[in-house]
Parts: sequence; C-alpha cells; structure tokens
Amino acid sequence: MTRAVFQALLSHWCRNPLQLFTLLAGLALATALWSGVQAINAEAQASYDAAAATLGEGTFDQLSRRDGQPISLATYINLRRAGWLVSPVIEGRLEGVRLVGFDPLTAPNGLGPVKVTDSLDINAFFTGRGQIFGRSATLAGLPDVADKVPATDVAPGTVITDIGVAQRLLDRSGQIDRLIVTSQQPKGQRPLAEIAPELTRRVAQGGSDVGRLTDSFHLNLTAFGLLSFAVGIFIVHGAIGLAFEQRRPVVRTLRALGVPLQRLMLLMAIELAGMALIAGALGVMLGYIIASQLLPDVAATLRGLYGAEVAGTLQLRPVWWLSGLAIALGGTAMAATTAFLRLARMPLLAGASKRALSMAAGAAARAQGILAAILLSFAAVLAIVADGLVAGFALLAALLIGAALGLPLLLDRALSVCERMARGVRAQWFWADTRQQLPGLSLALAALLLAMAANVGVTTMVSSFRLTFTGFLDQRLSSELYVTAESPEQAAAIVDFVTPQVRSVLPIQSVAAQVAGLKTEVFGARDDATYRDNWKFLTAVSAPWDKVAAGTAILINEQLARRSGLELGDSVTLDSRNFTIAGVYGDYGNPIGQAIITESAFKSLYPNIAALRFGLRLPAEAVPALVQSLEDDLNLPPANTINQAGIKAFSLAIFDRTFTVTTALNVLTLSVAGFAILMSLLTLAALRVPQLAPAWAMGMTRRSLGGLEMVRTVLLASLTALVALPLGLLLAWALLAIVNVAAFGWRLPMFLFPLDYLRLVGFALAAAVLAALWPAWRLARTPPGDLLKVFSNER
Amino acid sequence: MLLTVTDLRKSYATADGSFDVLRGVDMGLDAGETLALTGESGSGKSTLLHLVGGLDAPDSGQIVVDGTALTGLDDRGRAKLRRETVGVVFQQFNLIPSLRVADNIAFQARLAGRHDPAWCAVLADRIGLTPQLRKYPEQLSGGQQQRVAIARTLAPRPKLVLADEPTGNLDEATAAAVLALMLELVRDTGAGLLMVTHSNKLAGLMQRRLHLASGQIA
Repeated sequence: MTRAVFQALLSHWCRNPLQLFTLLAGLALATALWSGVQAINAEAQASYDAAAATLGEGTFDQLSRRDGQPISLATYINLRRAGWLVSPVIEGRLEGVRLVGFDPLTAPNGLGPVKVTDSLDINAFFTGRGQIFGRSATLAGLPDVADKVPATDVAPGTVITDIGVAQRLLDRSGQIDRLIVTSQQPKGQRPLAEIAPELTRRVAQGGSDVGRLTDSFHLNLTAFGLLSFAVGIFIVHGAIGLAFEQRRPVVRTLRALGVPLQRLMLLMAIELAGMALIAGALGVMLGYIIASQLLPDVAATLRGLYGAEVAGTLQLRPVWWLSGLAIALGGTAMAATTAFLRLARMPLLAGASKRALSMAAGAAARAQGILAAILLSFAAVLAIVADGLVAGFALLAALLIGAALGLPLLLDRALSVCERMARGVRAQWFWADTRQQLPGLSLALAALLLAMAANVGVTTMVSSFRLTFTGFLDQRLSSELYVTAESPEQAAAIVDFVTPQVRSVLPIQSVAAQVAGLKTEVFGARDDATYRDNWKFLTAVSAPWDKVAAGTAILINEQLARRSGLELGDSVTLDSRNFTIAGVYGDYGNPIGQAIITESAFKSLYPNIAALRFGLRLPAEAVPALVQSLEDDLNLPPANTINQAGIKAFSLAIFDRTFTVTTALNVLTLSVAGFAILMSLLTLAALRVPQLAPAWAMGMTRRSLGGLEMVRTVLLASLTALVALPLGLLLAWALLAIVNVAAFGWRLPMFLFPLDYLRLVGFALAAAVLAALWPAWRLARTPPGDLLKVFSNER
Repeated sequence: MLLTVTDLRKSYATADGSFDVLRGVDMGLDAGETLALTGESGSGKSTLLHLVGGLDAPDSGQIVVDGTALTGLDDRGRAKLRRETVGVVFQQFNLIPSLRVADNIAFQARLAGRHDPAWCAVLADRIGLTPQLRKYPEQLSGGQQQRVAIARTLAPRPKLVLADEPTGNLDEATAAAVLALMLELVRDTGAGLLMVTHSNKLAGLMQRRLHLASGQIA
C-alpha cells in the first residue's frame, strides 16, 4: 500500500514540475540566504575564538604597564618569586604578520598550540630554530626564520611561537609585553601594587572583546538572513498550500479507496521532508557560494571597523551545513503546518468540487486582521518604550509581520473601492477579478512588501550614515597633512622641521584609560582654532574649548556618554584628577569610548606618552612640497605622510565595504520576492482558466486577457510599493533610533532620499513586469480547446 | 448473506436542527446479486451507500459486510474494509489525475495487496482502453474515465461493489454502454452490486430493486 500511495503522491509533482520547482527553489533560496549568513558568522566566530585562544584574551586577567612600555624581565621574576602565577607574552609584527611569543611551561592549560604534556612536540618547540604555528596562508608570508607548522586553530594573520624565539625574531631580547594571570592563584600573595606598582591588571570580561564588539554586526547579518529566509518561506508556504489544495480531491479519493488518514499524513510528511532535505542540500551549497563571495568583504569590514581578523576563506563547518538542513526541515514544517491541519480536519465526504484559492474564508481573514492590528499596536508601543537590541528587533519583527498580515486586507479594501467607482462593465469585471486573485497572490505580495520595506529601510539607514559620516570626516579631518614618526626622536625632529613652514602643528596623542569603568581612549588636544572652528557638538556648555583649555573640562564622545550615563556638567576622574564634562560629540564608526582633555593636562597625567602623529595646518597647495621635503631632508618614508584627501578616501572605502554585504543581501532579498511573484503567477495560471473562460466566451480576446493580467500584476505591485515606502521609513527610523543606538552607542540623524526610493519602486515594478510577462504570454496563447473544456459537461 | 443492514439510523445537524436522513433501514444483499436503490433526491440513498461502504459512520443500527460488523470498526478498520472487501464507483469518477490509465486501473489492487497484472490487462481489454493505457485521465472522455474507474474498482476482485449514480455524468447512450459493461464484469467476478440511481430504466436492469422514501425502505 505504501508504495502505491507514494507513487500517487509523487506523480502529482511529475505532472506539475513547475510547482515542484517552485517548492524546491523557494526552499533552496531561503536556506541559501540563511545558511550563507550563518556560514559567515560561524567563520568569524571561529576566528574570534582562535584569537581568544591565542592571546588568552577575555579568558584570563592580564598585567601590563600603565605607560604601555614593555615589562622588564626583573619585574616578571619578582612576581613569580612573590608567588604570582603569571606567564609572559610578547607581541610584534614580522613582515606584517602578528607574531605572538608565549611560554608553554608557565602558560595556563589549553593556551597555545603545544602543552607541557606533549613531550615530543614541546622538545621541537624549544630546540633548534624553534617552531612557528599558524595558518598556512599566514605562514607563507613569513621568511624562513623557524620551522613552520600549519595549525588551523590559530587566528588568521597571527603566528605563535616560543617567547625566546619571538624575542629573537623581533629583536627585543628580555622584553615582555604583558603577563597572563592564571585562574588559580595561591592565597596570601603580596598585592601587585607592592611588587610592581607600574603594572595594571585588566580583568577578563569573559569571551573575547572582539567577539563582543562584533556581536551587533553579526546580529544585523543574522536579522537580514532571517528576513530573507522568511521571504523564502513565503514562497514555500504558497507552493505547499497550492499543492495541497490541488491534491485535495486526490486525498479524498485515496481515503475513499481505503488509505487511512494517519498513514496518508505520515507519507505526505515523509514526502515533504525528503524534498526539504534535497532543497536544503541545494540551499547549503548555494549558501556556501554566497558566503564565499561575501566573506572577503565581511572580513575587510570587520578589520576596518573593529580591527578583528577574520579568515577571508571559508571552511566547510559541520555546524552550519547541519543547521542549514535543519532550518530547511523546520521551515518546511512551519510552511506546511496549516496545510496539514486542514488535511487532518478535512471530512472524507466533503463536496468534491475544487476549492478555489480565491475563496478566502471570512473568519480567517478577520483573525488575520485582528492579529495584524495587535502586532502593529505592539510595534507602536515598542516604538515609544523600546530600549536595547532585543526590544529593537522585537519592534522590527512586530512591524514587519503585522504589515505583511495586514497587506492583503488593505489591498482588498482598496480594490473594493476601485470596484465601486468603476463605470464600465469591463472595468468592473477587472476589479472584481483582481480581488478574486488577491488571496492567491497575497503571499507573494507580502514577500515583495517585506523585501521593498527592508530595502527602503536599509537604504535610508546606510545613506543617512554615509551623509553623516562624510560630514563627520570633514569635521574631524581638518588638517591638510598627517605625519607619523617612528620614534620620539624622529617626532621631535619633524616638529622642529615643519614648525616654521606650517600654520600649526597638532599633536595626536592618546592613551588607553578607564572612564566611569569603561575602556576609553583619552586624547590630549592642543588648543587651536582648528578644533574651535570645525568641531560640532551634540550637546555642549557655552565655550567648551575655553574650559578644556583651562584644564578643568573634558569632552566625551556619544558612545561613552550613552553607555556610562554621563551628562554635561558631570565630573569625570582621570588618574585622581577631576574634569567636568563640557561637551558631547558624535564619533561615528568608533566602537569604544573617547575623551579629549587639553594637551597640558594630558602631559601632566601621562608624561611618558609621546606624540608620534601630527596634523599639520598649511595651505593645501603647499602640501606636495612639504611632503617632498620631509622625504628628502628627514628621510621620512612616503607611507608616513598622508594627506587629508587620502584619509577621507580610505575611510569612505572602509565605509563602503562595510555595507557591501548589506547591499548584496538587499538585492538578493528583492530577487527572491520577484521570484515569489513569478512562481505564484505561474502556479495560479492553471486555476485561472475556469475564471477567464467565461470572459473569453463573452467576447474578450485572449490577447486582451493576457494584457489585463499584466496590468493587474503591475497594479498590485504598485499598491504594495505604496505601502512599502512608509513601512520602510518606519523600519529605517527603528534601525537608526533604537537598534543602532543599542548596537553601536550612537544615534544617527535620519535623512530622506526620494530619488533612491523612486529608483527602488522602478526596480520592483520592473521585477513585477518581468515576473508577469511569461504567465501573461502563456495566457494570451491558451488554446481555445483548453478554454472550451471549462464548459464541457464531461469534466 | 454478503450484506446485512439492520435498523440503520443516521441524522445530520442542520441550521434548523437535526435532520433524520435514515430512519431504521433494514435490507440485505446476497453474493453475486445486483440491487438497485432508487429514491428521490434527499431520500437518503447516497447516505446509505456511504454507510455501507464504511465512508461514514451510522448513529445506530448494524451493518455486516462479509461477516464483519462495520459498526465496531474505527477509522483504520473501515479503511481496511474499503481497501480489501468493498469497491466504490463514484459519480465523479475520482481518478487520480497524475497517474496514467494503467496505474489508475491497478491502483486499488495494489493498495489491497492483490495486484494481478494479467487480470488488469484483461480488465483494460474488456473496457476497450488498452490503446489508452499510457494516457492521463484528462485525455479521456467522461465515459472512458468512468470505465477506468469501474476497472479500478474490480481489479482487486472485491466481494461487494457499490456504485453511486455511476452514469449520472454521462449521456444516455454512453450511460447504457457503461452500465452494461459494469454488470457484465460484476457478474464475471461474482461480486454483489448495490447501485444507487434515480433512473427507473437503469434500475430495471438489476436483479432486484429497493425504493427509499423519507429515510425508510418503501
């Protein structure tokens, strides 16, 4: 029996290959976008984990010198003698590769590629030229200075070796950059301040800093992946729903012939699961291709924004291809639930007539309307009270799902008004027929709505960001030339050399500090008209620069203000010296807190920090000559001078790469929505014949019917676009005012870009026209015999 | 006795309250016997056929088919009865549109686990559709489709054949030809036939006839 039933079920797909293609393609696309994003996230996470394992970052407390200078061997020995279980680490760059030297004998368990228990390994590690562990690609960039051992669990762009080897290769004999404090420490240790007062202890935060910084970026990617998946599932839901509707009489026949309902449902579930696995496998493969195309841009983004190293190549990780298959199965189950519930409740002896998809049940429509209203009300409440990332995403979800559910009802009302206003009989028929098509097309239209709204929202966010960022760069990069020295001596020589030739020399000096318990980069700014004239504050007291210059005030960036709750007039302590907050400034793209004090206060607090970078103010036309003389007279390498235009171009390039992924996902989502419309129209085409045959019989030509079909699709897409625009703007507002603030710590002003929206509507309508072209053409060429069959008594 | 129906009752809930479709029906059918069940629209003849075929459950009363009491069977048990003992020919043909004619003919026999390719070939030949075996139902006329449905019903050699207005969708000439064929095949297989019809002419071709009026045998 099972075989016969399976044959009957599967034969449906053989006779309806387009429907099968819709189902498989929809599911494969949904899985591809989801698993592609997951692949990127998994790859990045693996890189962060590798980095954390390499450096002990986030897992163990670290000791380093307050002034950022190396720790001496004597200090290390003193600490060990005092009972401190610490392990030395040195870091540096060798041919552009980050070289980390550590001591496996004292390192905490699990840190580094070799352990003291691996006796064979450790001998090789210490003896001879020593060993260097790293990814093959990274090792390839190093000269032949030690035995290279490929290791995939080392962070990208980093190599690890014994501390002695590292000191030799970096030419920093006897130096230590930091000390890892192991978790278990003996009781009764002497305090750190007694043994090494120059050291400061950084407490482990649990998990890597980079991981935390990039969480919001990955959350955004995941949200986009989920949105694409939802759009794909709309297609699958439509395809499964239609298939079940079409097979309703067959199911009834099978049951009448003696197939038990439970067995039938089980076999249909197995059939769908099989398809989900096939589509899921295809989707995972497609996702791999998408991810491998996008990963280099994501890696560049993470490096540019957060300084996080992520491998630019993708590895096949079981976790994501398994999750890809699981999401395909889960998505299919979700999309098929309604169809299965209907099947289970379907009476064996119900009327055998085909249930047209256009006959939407009134009760279901009412329930959908109520649910949409509840979700949109919930979104409205969240818009007022939401604070934090989770609430922000809940707002986005409620807004999008509510709008998608409400769209068919809204369109139905609009079409109903048009129907009432129509004068001619043909127009009346057109509007009535369009309303009848609405239930069958509503899923595809909802997919289009989501894709367009996401597009409008993200375009608004990115373009607003870009506009603000460009203005911000103009404000920040006001010096015409930036010069970097390689040593304090060279810095002094540069200052002496350029001072007579330029209007002002602005040292750029900073130190990592803690403000209100948060990691903050403190800058010491010279009192200069450059800052007074160009800087714009989000909020400030009157004459903030005067107060800063007096040495009593501090300026902080928005992210520090938001995260610490600090406001104007509040007091901030830097190394036991108090400053009053005189201004808060926007600092876009910076993940951490920043503060500015005057140069003299900075020097008294951090006397050991010497400025190595300088901004030089001079006429723009004098820049090339000065650069040339710096190269000629001071032997400054060209790489150490960069003009304003260069930095701006570099910053904008990083910015644009940051959003390449978003743009790509935007385009993919819109394509999936276009595909949804095409598939809905094609699968509905068969149901259309009985609806159109009477109109044909009464004198309309097949050509005009095909033309009207096209007009109908474009009209429905246009109405959807009208709803999508305000929805997208709401989405943009939520992204900028809630999600962005929670994720990055700063709020961007929202700008509108009417031309971009117009272009998007144009794209969406073009997609709708393309999607409708083939079905309309097929309809216009429907053989009269097919139309006549509708009137045949024998059917 | 192949089929025994005793004091069978069935009612449906309507907007105006409960409507008694069958009000204590008693009847029987012997193996190899052909019986026409006639009556006006709404007299309960299709309901009686559905109950006998295990497609629906009665409110009370007893139905015994080939020694099995249907009233004690659950959904699974009734499905087994439909699969192995009873064959139903519907007015709407109810063929599986995605299967070819040959597969449709063999379908119920395969469900019952009694597929006999030689017998299916004989049936295809007897219904005159051997050249059409590779076609799909939609490529056949209504009369041809109903002949396929009859062959499908007889392929597992059921003991009881139930036919619900089997020629209701066909023109007069085709209806007569199809019914003659069905009677011939039923006789050859030795099955009992209970046919619902509102045509006195067709009922006259059966060995016996019962008239149902207001839910009771008149």
